[in-house]
Amino acid sequence: MIAFEGVRVRYPGRSEDALTDVSFFAPQGTLTAVVGPNGSGKSTLVRAVLGRVSLAGGVVRVGGDPASALARRTLAQRVAVVTQREEPAFPMAVRDYVSLGRHPWQPAWGAPTGDDEAAVTRALRDAAVHALAERRTDSLSGGEWQRVRIARALAQSTGTIVLDEPTTFLDIAHEMACFELLSALARAGRAVLVVSHQLNLVARFADRVVLLSRGMLVADGPPEEVMRGETLERVYEWPLVVSRDPAVGAPTLVPLRKRHAPIPHR
Amino acid sequence: MRRRPWFILLVVLLATSIMALMLGATSLSPGSVWGALVGSGRDETARLIVRGIRLPRVVLAMLVGAALGVSGTVLQGTLRNGLAEPYLLGVSGGAAVGAVLAVASGISSPPLIALAAFGGALLAVAGVLALAQASGGAGDTRILLMAGVVIGAFANAAIMVVMAAASPDVTRNALWWMMGSVAAAGWRDVTLLAVSLLVVGAALLSRARALDVLALGADAADSLGVDATRAGWLFFVLASLLAASTVAVAGLVGFVGLMVPHLARSLAGSRARPTMVLSALAGGALVVAADLAARTVRAPAELPLGAVTALLGVPFFLWRLREIR
Repeated sequence: MIAFEGVRVRYPGRSEDALTDVSFFAPQGTLTAVVGPNGSGKSTLVRAVLGRVSLAGGVVRVGGDPASALARRTLAQRVAVVTQREEPAFPMAVRDYVSLGRHPWQPAWGAPTGDDEAAVTRALRDAAVHALAERRTDSLSGGEWQRVRIARALAQSTGTIVLDEPTTFLDIAHEMACFELLSALARAGRAVLVVSHQLNLVARFADRVVLLSRGMLVADGPPEEVMRGETLERVYEWPLVVSRDPAVGAPTLVPLRKRHAPIPHR
Repeated sequence: MRRRPWFILLVVLLATSIMALMLGATSLSPGSVWGALVGSGRDETARLIVRGIRLPRVVLAMLVGAALGVSGTVLQGTLRNGLAEPYLLGVSGGAAVGAVLAVASGISSPPLIALAAFGGALLAVAGVLALAQASGGAGDTRILLMAGVVIGAFANAAIMVVMAAASPDVTRNALWWMMGSVAAAGWRDVTLLAVSLLVVGAALLSRARALDVLALGADAADSLGVDATRAGWLFFVLASLLAASTVAVAGLVGFVGLMVPHLARSLAGSRARPTMVLSALAGGALVVAADLAARTVRAPAELPLGAVTALLGVPFFLWRLREIR
């Protein structure tokens, strides 16, 4: 489980907090989604988990312990993070790349153990990229690459996985496949925390939604509670309607066009 | 099957070294080289040439190549850039300034000269990073490389300034450092570099997995339990130490650290540990061969070793440059 308790972050040289008193938790067996407009502090939350920003207040707990008190390696044994962008400096075989996920568990010397090999094989299978194991990372499509990155996080064998906008640049099929995978991981008992701009996918798949605006938590609860038209319209500062998907019953958001003055003819 | 690249490179290294022991102003047969090496030969001249002149030279060239190959592998992984290497990053130039200044101040002890070279290398690294930071591109490895080229040019200029006011002895030494050479190799140089390569090489090999992770980028490294900033600095300092040790005993030998890691990766994949070991073998073979060419192509005149490696390295650099997207 990962818990944010009164987390406050302010970047050096800034007059405003990037996060102000943010508290929520992502329990095991649950897909928790963090949504909000650009600059609302979503990625700062991920950086706070990684320890790449110092907290001005509050605490991030991983498995009950403050993340800042854990050795970096111990933290990596508890939580895997799939960051927004990543590209290996030198292309490598997919299996080699996924096996880097075992780093927090491996001593400096010695060949990979049977546990390592089994974890990598399981991760390749669970992320449905087993067929790509011998391909080079620079030969993958965007969708394949995202799944391979998730496989690397799975090979870390952590109880919690955090993903920062994993569906950026993906088409509909790959977006759906990605969220199906995250949902399956949550059902299998992991705590999955995903930062996303895809509100309709979040409404469809997430068990719990955290809505941020200007660094503050606006709402936290099941999708149908958080994703209300008036709340989202206020936070995103854009007219929209939220209806209910007739097929699956999840909230569906439709942004509206703003009224423009007609363009005068020459 | 997986052991083949190691075996092939080892055979190439041994073959080049044997040729380097045989060929030169006086050509020797394999038999007399063997006799001189094991002490069973009766040819006193061959013994003198092989054990007194060629063997320390070949071993030093081998160690210089190995150290530069490993240094280049580590710098390329740390900076996530296939064009990084100690010479192009100004590290070697800084080391040469340190060594020349030490000699100009009357220091003659090789370990102290090596220390001065290391100090110069670290100052050059700090200068490169400060320059890249000032231009707002410390994270952009292309800007880092440009900063390295500028610091390297500054180092050359600094050596010229020292030379202008120095005695002929210092000038000769400074020129030797700028052109790179293993002609004056002695067993003391070999020992100094061997110790440096063993100690730093072991430290780097023990951290090879962290280097693999670091090559994924800082965020990914942090998420996998590696402190990207601290590990990056450590790798940079250790790679600079290796490069500085080669400068202290052989002057500026450029482009080896650029070419060799690419060959090693094409043979061993991208994992750092096998790449480091293959780079050491390939680097050793390359510098032994380059030194052999330097002293035989225009014999009895001797070409500077650094010029031979640059003649090979510059076309390679241009070829790699085309692949930067």
